[in-house]
Amino acid sequence: MEVIQQLVNGISLGSIYALIALGYTMVYGIVKLINFAHGDIFMVGAFIGFYSITILDLGFFPALLISMVACAIFGVLIERIAYKPLRNATRIAALITAIGVSLFIEYGTIYARGAQPEAYPDGVVSLKSLELFGVKISGQSILILGTSLFLMILLQFIVHKTKIGKAMRAVSHDMDAAKLMGINVNNTISATFAIGSALAGAAGVIFGVYYTKIEPLMGIIPGLKAFVAAVLGGIGIIPGAMAGGLVLGVIESLVSAAGYSLWRDGVAFVVLILILIFRPAGLFGKNIREKV
Amino acid sequence: MTTKKQLLKVENAGIRFGGLKAVSDVNLELKQGELVGLIGPNGAGKTTFFNLLTGVYVPTEGSISLDGEKLNGQAPYKITKKGISRTFQNIRLFSELSVLDNVKVAYHSLAKHSMLSSIFRLPSHFSGEKEMEEKAIEFLKIFNLEKSMHEKAKNLPYGQQRRLEIARALAANPKLLLLDEPAAGMNPQETEELMNLIALIRERFSLTILLIEHDMLLVMGVCERIYVLDHGQLIADGTPEQIRNNPKVIEAYLGEEVS
Amino acid sequence: MNILKQAKFFWTSIVLAIVFSVIMQFLITGGTLNQFYVNTLFFIGINIILATSLHLIIGITGQFSIGHAGFLAVGAYASAIMTMKLGLPFPVAILVGGLAAAVAGLIIGIPTLRLKGDYLAIATLGFGEIVRIVFLNIDYVGGASGMTVSHLTTWPWLVACVVLTVVVIANFTNSTHGRACISIRENEIAADAMGINTTFYKVTAFAIGAFFAGIAGALYAHNFYIIQPTNFGFLKSFDILIFVVLGGLGSMSGAVIAAILLTIISTYLSSYPEVRMVIYSLVLITMMLFRPQGLLGTREITSFFKAGKTAKGGVQHDDKKTVA
Repeated sequence: MEVIQQLVNGISLGSIYALIALGYTMVYGIVKLINFAHGDIFMVGAFIGFYSITILDLGFFPALLISMVACAIFGVLIERIAYKPLRNATRIAALITAIGVSLFIEYGTIYARGAQPEAYPDGVVSLKSLELFGVKISGQSILILGTSLFLMILLQFIVHKTKIGKAMRAVSHDMDAAKLMGINVNNTISATFAIGSALAGAAGVIFGVYYTKIEPLMGIIPGLKAFVAAVLGGIGIIPGAMAGGLVLGVIESLVSAAGYSLWRDGVAFVVLILILIFRPAGLFGKNIREKV
Repeated sequence: MTTKKQLLKVENAGIRFGGLKAVSDVNLELKQGELVGLIGPNGAGKTTFFNLLTGVYVPTEGSISLDGEKLNGQAPYKITKKGISRTFQNIRLFSELSVLDNVKVAYHSLAKHSMLSSIFRLPSHFSGEKEMEEKAIEFLKIFNLEKSMHEKAKNLPYGQQRRLEIARALAANPKLLLLDEPAAGMNPQETEELMNLIALIRERFSLTILLIEHDMLLVMGVCERIYVLDHGQLIADGTPEQIRNNPKVIEAYLGEEVS
Repeated sequence: MNILKQAKFFWTSIVLAIVFSVIMQFLITGGTLNQFYVNTLFFIGINIILATSLHLIIGITGQFSIGHAGFLAVGAYASAIMTMKLGLPFPVAILVGGLAAAVAGLIIGIPTLRLKGDYLAIATLGFGEIVRIVFLNIDYVGGASGMTVSHLTTWPWLVACVVLTVVVIANFTNSTHGRACISIRENEIAADAMGINTTFYKVTAFAIGAFFAGIAGALYAHNFYIIQPTNFGFLKSFDILIFVVLGGLGSMSGAVIAAILLTIISTYLSSYPEVRMVIYSLVLITMMLFRPQGLLGTREITSFFKAGKTAKGGVQHDDKKTVA
């Protein structure tokens, strides 16, 4: 039963990774940029959610919604100001800029409000816990899973059934051809950042409700791990990011359960290096070779 | 004319990517000192065949041997050291390096000084570098590039970049030189100069050359023998005269236009 | 002629470096310089070593590695074990620090250097984090609370290591072996086709870079009284990366100048860490937006002293983009 309990924890954690990983993977798929600032958008989302709940006295869902909208706008701003001018620059320049933006958000937040952590209040979510076959699943877990699942289904719907989703797929496939076909590439890229950032914002609020403690540098490690999840699933592939996040969350929980909780953070990176060496295209990806 | 020694022997060579047979069942022989053309319509697999010869791709079937030594599965740099050198269809120079340094890189495998002697600036470093520099300049002179030897490669005009790529390939001291569409993008006058240059270096370095070319007339003019590749398979080989009249070749080229 | 000039330049630089360091030694022992300046000077020295060692990997060989702090950590811990646990002399510790990091470089380099671009970057970043977590979990070296280390890094040792690093990397770069590395950066497929053993040179550059990062680690550990895993997080890796990129990818003097400038700036701002990081990140973003090639581009500082049309690659102005 202990193992199943850990599995449930792992899936909860994994679905947070998955939500963040989706933004990573969508952005990478479309502009080939590792958006290091993505983990920090997650942090900003957690804080916006926190202030909505404590200052505006809102419930979970309104706070979630506010946080998602704010993060979407924030993500688009970042893209327009910092990344757009670099669209034709070298990959290294883009990556360095992303690192710069990430540091700016982290330390800008500390500068603005200090480095002290905050705690989400209790009782934001008042769902009763469930007992299934002797395994106790807390109301929060159910809410996390439900919300994440809903958002992922919504994303699948947007990507596959709407016009903007079609444009996103076209641009990620071939930006120049999409441009020639009359697709507004700039708007499509902005939409991608908006959706990805909204998901990260949602992940931030969910994280806050589940783990309580939030602080300005909280985005770094989950951000990196979400990237690992994206690579694990095959970067650029949306179902891959979901699966990668869940797999990573479960692996980490099992490692903790086995008594190696201090090694937990290391495991994600070991998984990363192994996958890069043995299957660089990820679990769901195809190998592409350079044309000579 | 004495009977020439066989240099390159390709037997039933082929490669498949997944389920797709890009090149299959190619048999080809080159004798020392020959200038042979490889032609075929777009997408026939000519460059893929070069990539097989140079080790960029490992053949999934058949064998390739140079001077009787098997090359299959060897790393590209080893194959270059054994004596096959090439140019690329889309020029691949070391663009931030000077013209001179581009040629020196090709001399690298012949360098006599070790890494330690370079790091500690031992006498062998200085003599080795000097020898390289002299040889490289000598080469650039043959190609009329010595005036711009300190320019960055990327700043050369297009025609000179093509010539530099050939100079660089030659500097690696090959027995067999593979030229992948060397005249692509050149005007008729530049093309003619290039062909004269190829004839010159062939004589001077007693080279064997295999040449991919799109321009049928050009190939017919300079090559002694021609192989024709279509859909990854050899459909004909022979003298220019035989190729010109081969119905299969005509069909391959015309068929391309019709379909 | 060219080579003679090179040799002359080389020896003049060495003599200047010795004169400078002897003067500084007198200023330090004489107490003319206060402790703040001395500390800054030591930081600058260590950062120069880190910047040049990463320059060899990224700027020359073109392998985008962002886990350099991992090698720094390996060198720091290995050397600290030598002096503090085994009681060996400091020079041995420096050497062991370098060698341990070089071995780590080989272990991580051989499998990962097959990867390209972003994937290699992420793999090296992961490696850096793994190193940190490993040290965090080894009780022998103090785990999270770290390890106390005696202060053994002296000015002469520092100068000797800086000069050694710069000379070795410069000499390596300006030889056929360095050109082989640059050719990999420029076009790996063509380098391979020209007979360059690309794997060998990538791994070699990686190992040499790691070796000197390890030496920097030994100096760093014995300058600080304490080392902790948190000193070697990926923020540290980014710091080193920023020296190389801001200085100009491919320019060693650029990396050195960036290391000096940024170290001075951050020591002055060290009492306001948040402001420091905010300014730092803004500089980084602005630089990438307006001068992505860095301070010097691929040029070396010496090229500015030479008259008009100079020898040696990398002198011409190349701000205009080329059309393929």
